[in-house]
Amino acid sequence: MSLTRKTAVAGVFEHPTRFAPDKSLFQIMAESVRGALDDAGLTIKDVNGLCTTGIGMSGMGIVGFCDYLNLTPNFVDSTSIGGSSFVAHTAHAAAAIHAGLCDVCVVVYGSTAASSRFAIGTGGERGGAGDPCDQYEIPFGPTTVGAYAMIAQRHMHDYGTTAEQLAEIAVTTRLHASMNPAAKYRDPITVEDVLASRIISSPLHLLDCCIISDGGGALVITSAQRARDLKKKPVYILGAGETVRHAARGQRDFLEIAAAQSGRLAFERAGVAHKDIDMAMIYDSFTITVLATLENLGFCKRGEGGAFVSGGRLRFDGEFPINTDGGGLSSNHPGMRGIFLVIEAAKQLRGECGPRQVKDCKIALVHGTGGALGTRHSGATLILSNQ
Amino acid sequence: MAEQTQAKKYSKPLPHLDEENRPWWEALQRHELYIQKCAECGDVRYYPRALCTNCMSSQVQWIKCSGRGKVYTFTTTYQNQAPGFRESIPYIMAYVELEEGVKMLTNLVDCQPEQAKIGMPVEVVYEDVTPAVTLAKFRPAR
Ligand SMILES: [Zn+2]
Repeated sequence: MSLTRKTAVAGVFEHPTRFAPDKSLFQIMAESVRGALDDAGLTIKDVNGLCTTGIGMSGMGIVGFCDYLNLTPNFVDSTSIGGSSFVAHTAHAAAAIHAGLCDVCVVVYGSTAASSRFAIGTGGERGGAGDPCDQYEIPFGPTTVGAYAMIAQRHMHDYGTTAEQLAEIAVTTRLHASMNPAAKYRDPITVEDVLASRIISSPLHLLDCCIISDGGGALVITSAQRARDLKKKPVYILGAGETVRHAARGQRDFLEIAAAQSGRLAFERAGVAHKDIDMAMIYDSFTITVLATLENLGFCKRGEGGAFVSGGRLRFDGEFPINTDGGGLSSNHPGMRGIFLVIEAAKQLRGECGPRQVKDCKIALVHGTGGALGTRHSGATLILSNQ
Repeated sequence: MAEQTQAKKYSKPLPHLDEENRPWWEALQRHELYIQKCAECGDVRYYPRALCTNCMSSQVQWIKCSGRGKVYTFTTTYQNQAPGFRESIPYIMAYVELEEGVKMLTNLVDCQPEQAKIGMPVEVVYEDVTPAVTLAKFRPAR
């Protein structure tokens, strides 16, 4: 049973805030839901499905958020697999709608990471609690950036990938941010600027790392049929895939990441080929995340990522445009930015991206990464089209 | 006395010991490094756990490691705001691939950041951080 073109993204909204000490988490989320429903031409009364992550101390914050909105949906999903969660939620919502479990499903995210002064990436991990696997890591000072840095180090060793090549990803992303009025950092940077920024965890520099912001966003997912009668041009869901990777009982090849499996599944299910993809939104927690993801999704061979990202090829007007919103590296990264990948891909497919619009954009790929590539992580891939 | 002073001073996170992982930590206390091997199918695994991930057998063998391995990858950390580590930067975190075939997350010690290399032969050193917890770290092989 194929899901291809049975469902669509009918509304999207990216909360404009990047710093909101005056707003609660649920307020940011609710404002995002309102924005996405307005975009779709629907109201809160139409919503009977809800997806968000396992927020809050209990992990069951989705119930609290339903309370906040006075919602009693027929379908709820709070899959929590890190930054990729909202990409996975989009596929779960599509499957739920196709199976008749709900009709209009909202996927929502919010965070006050910046105003709560939450140190994403370098906060270190707390001791004592955690899963069994954590007990063999926490004594050694693991950080999120460190786990990605170890992937970069190995890639450089095996394939001669350079710091300059990784820096190109940050430079291109900043160029895109300069064309996004909502982006947090908009002043262009150079490869030299990236290399001159301090090392956070070798070989990654400060400007190889995502920023920290507040933020929120929401999506409205419904059947393709219903979406065709709504306000905006439908963005059809063609295919999706998701999985996880970990240390594989100590026997993992660390340069093989979740994207290899989730990407293969998404392409098979969507029935499209790599050459059909007009633009991609690739989770960019760090520059190495992008390079490793592009290789594992099969856009280039393993080891060829350095050349693939070089020479401006990833620019909005280049051969393989990615992250046209300015990404987590420059626009916003409230902790888990998967939802923004879907939002920007949908806007590109609707032709709403102004100066950063990719020409003739018909099929877009979204890949979210959650957790850390160097340890446990998840990957969720989504292929979308305006046709 | 020295141990108690050390225990009070040691501010990095400590592992949670339970019945499933106790043999591993007790071996480290004796300054011995063991990994698990499935008694049914022979699959080796790290970290230790009660069931084989290959065949789900509960028959566990513990095999003693040589303590030698090679650096699989590493990073020198210059920023970590967690107590215990913010005082220790820069420090080197690494995956070491043991001769027995598993990769372990650890720290490289007695090693300058510019000295660390992938493929570098290393050997285990035991760091007694509290009376109950000894950590397996690695230094360049001598
Ligand atoms: Zn077995």
